[in-house]
Amino acid sequence: MSKKPAPAAESASRTLGLPKETLLAWYDDMLLVRRFEEKAAQLYGMGRIGGFCHLYNGQEAISTGACAVLTPDDYIITAYRDHGLAISRGVDPKACMAELLGKYTGTTKGKGGSMHFFDREKNFLGGHAIVGSHVPIGAGVGFAIKYKGQQNVILVFMGDGATNIGAFFEALGLAQLWKLPVVFIIENNRYSMGTSVTRSSPVEDLYKKALAFDMRWDVVDGMNVLEVYQKVKQAADIAKKDYLPSLLEIRTYRYRGHSMSDPIHGHYRTKEEVEEQKRSDPITLFASILQEEGLADESYFESVEKRVKKVVEDCVTFADQSPEPPLEELWKDVYLP
Amino acid sequence: MHVVSFREALNQAMDEEMARDERVLLMGEEVAQYNGAYKVSQGLFAKWGPRRIIDTPIAEEGFAGIGIGAAMAGLRPIVEFMTWNFSLVAYDQIANHAAKMLSMSGGHFSVPMVFRGPGGAARNLGATHSQALESIYAHIPGLKVVMPSNPYDGKGLLKSAIRDDNPIVFIESEMMYGDKGEIPEGEYTVPIGVGNVIQEGADVTIVSWSKVLQRFTIPAVQQLKEEGISVELIDPRTIKPMDRDLIVNSVRKTNRLVVVEEGWPFAGVGAQIAFEVQHRAFDDLDAPIARVTQEDVPLPYASNLERASLPSVDKIVKAVHSVLYRG
Ligand SMILES: Cc1ncc(C[n+]2csc(CCOP(=O)(O)OP(=O)(O)O)c2C)c(N)n1
Ligand SMILES: [Mg+2]
Repeated sequence: MSKKPAPAAESASRTLGLPKETLLAWYDDMLLVRRFEEKAAQLYGMGRIGGFCHLYNGQEAISTGACAVLTPDDYIITAYRDHGLAISRGVDPKACMAELLGKYTGTTKGKGGSMHFFDREKNFLGGHAIVGSHVPIGAGVGFAIKYKGQQNVILVFMGDGATNIGAFFEALGLAQLWKLPVVFIIENNRYSMGTSVTRSSPVEDLYKKALAFDMRWDVVDGMNVLEVYQKVKQAADIAKKDYLPSLLEIRTYRYRGHSMSDPIHGHYRTKEEVEEQKRSDPITLFASILQEEGLADESYFESVEKRVKKVVEDCVTFADQSPEPPLEELWKDVYLP
Repeated sequence: MHVVSFREALNQAMDEEMARDERVLLMGEEVAQYNGAYKVSQGLFAKWGPRRIIDTPIAEEGFAGIGIGAAMAGLRPIVEFMTWNFSLVAYDQIANHAAKMLSMSGGHFSVPMVFRGPGGAARNLGATHSQALESIYAHIPGLKVVMPSNPYDGKGLLKSAIRDDNPIVFIESEMMYGDKGEIPEGEYTVPIGVGNVIQEGADVTIVSWSKVLQRFTIPAVQQLKEEGISVELIDPRTIKPMDRDLIVNSVRKTNRLVVVEEGWPFAGVGAQIAFEVQHRAFDDLDAPIARVTQEDVPLPYASNLERASLPSVDKIVKAVHSVLYRG
């Protein structure tokens, strides 16, 4: 039995018949994520952000396209490369920046740092830094949704490298066995640190890992925000309506080093490869679609650039002016009374 | 003698043991082509090739188990965890299998292997990436736990660990890999289970190991010396088996003890040392034993909270003052 979904019905237009405001908001969001990360890189370089800092550059179409599918009651969980997904989910970028600087106004009061953004109001369940461990936790949220009889979904994001760890397979097996409303999303950026998918996984087509569980799957071009939206939406709709999980392999690319303390290419990939990949940049691609469809022009893009620049500057000002967490915080949040 | 970094010392130990024994191999994430996440295996892949220096996917439970099986079948694997935090994913393999195999099989199968990698906090890495886990490994019968604090001990102990017929938990520190120290030109080993008196003293014994010893305890001892307090400083080097006689005999002389460790207080290694000492040298103690540990909380990211949680020079000096009844 093939679980490959039928190809999406020919959309009304390249832009899926979506309203202009929606599409322009997506563009703004992608650019905000890009510029936020560039600022984070700069601040890391200045020693103002500590620890490990994993940036999202190149993967913006995924956070924007996937989060656009969600309603406020849906959930999202991811790994440590979490800035983009948090921002696209609507977590206040000011709080994100403050968190990076270890401030009290940050997403977790300065306790989690870059790898551990959380936001209860946005149903953003983290930010998790042990590779793959959050995948069963995400499935558990699916369990609760179904238990309560809600029509919601959780998107569980992970890297390609995470699909090699035991927790991933256990989570997939349980989710399919118990028919949980979960969309497992592999952000396949081709590398886990310095190890290519070819060297880490016996199957290069990571969606095939769904086959062992007879789970619905799909492959998605992660450079195209419209395709991301469309395919995540299909999977989310099925999860909500039929309580069935999917595994999506979204193919993307990371522009920067694994984290800010790793080289951009080093020995594991060439500079040429990185440059070549940047030619199919998701933001540039989307801009050209908007332009070709007559939805935006150069002056629009310039105005977004200005607006986003201001937002990011405001984030830094806010973070700068925020206090450090008070020392009593050290003993708080360890247990509930 | 010549000066090497901690990472070079560990690298030499593995390289020499691989030359000495064909059964020794190294396996872990990024150990081969990337030359190690922290460059401890620098050059080993180029020298020994993919048969013996093996990159693994992110599959700790899997490759820890593969190491155990390979050891049962006659090899002597070194399994590197990128950091010890990730060993928790493989804790079942280490605690339930590596540790128990010899006993449970009635002596049929031993597990001669080394699990190694950096442990403890580095800086701003947050709760899951900053853990000093020696006590949870030392708790399990069948495991030996080794924690060198300098390049000389690092090389000598790692060679002993690789030659040892038992499963060894070998905990390094990311913050110490660049530390420099003298080692002899030729071959040497440091025995497992033997502690080291770093400095003799009369007023108080301090037991401390690994990174906190280098970063906090030694500077504190220096500061105490300026105050006229003479510290006997002991580095046990091996957490299990612990060199208890060395510590007890020292306390019989100084009559006071402070244990400084990076881990959490509850059921920590220092609690065990304190038990041993009160049990065997109760009448020699002139003050209750003091401990300096990390606060009993998950370690936060923000620098000020992180500093407040971890041991510090100040906390050590205060603890010494307390056992000397000085304000
Ligand atoms: C269990 C575990 N092992 C190792 C690590 C160290 N580590 C952090 S990220 C990473 C690579 C993960 O790659 P991937 O899943 O592809 O995600 P990406 O970084 O590409 O987003 C590794 C090995 C970890 N955090 N957790
Ligand atoms: Mg990856």
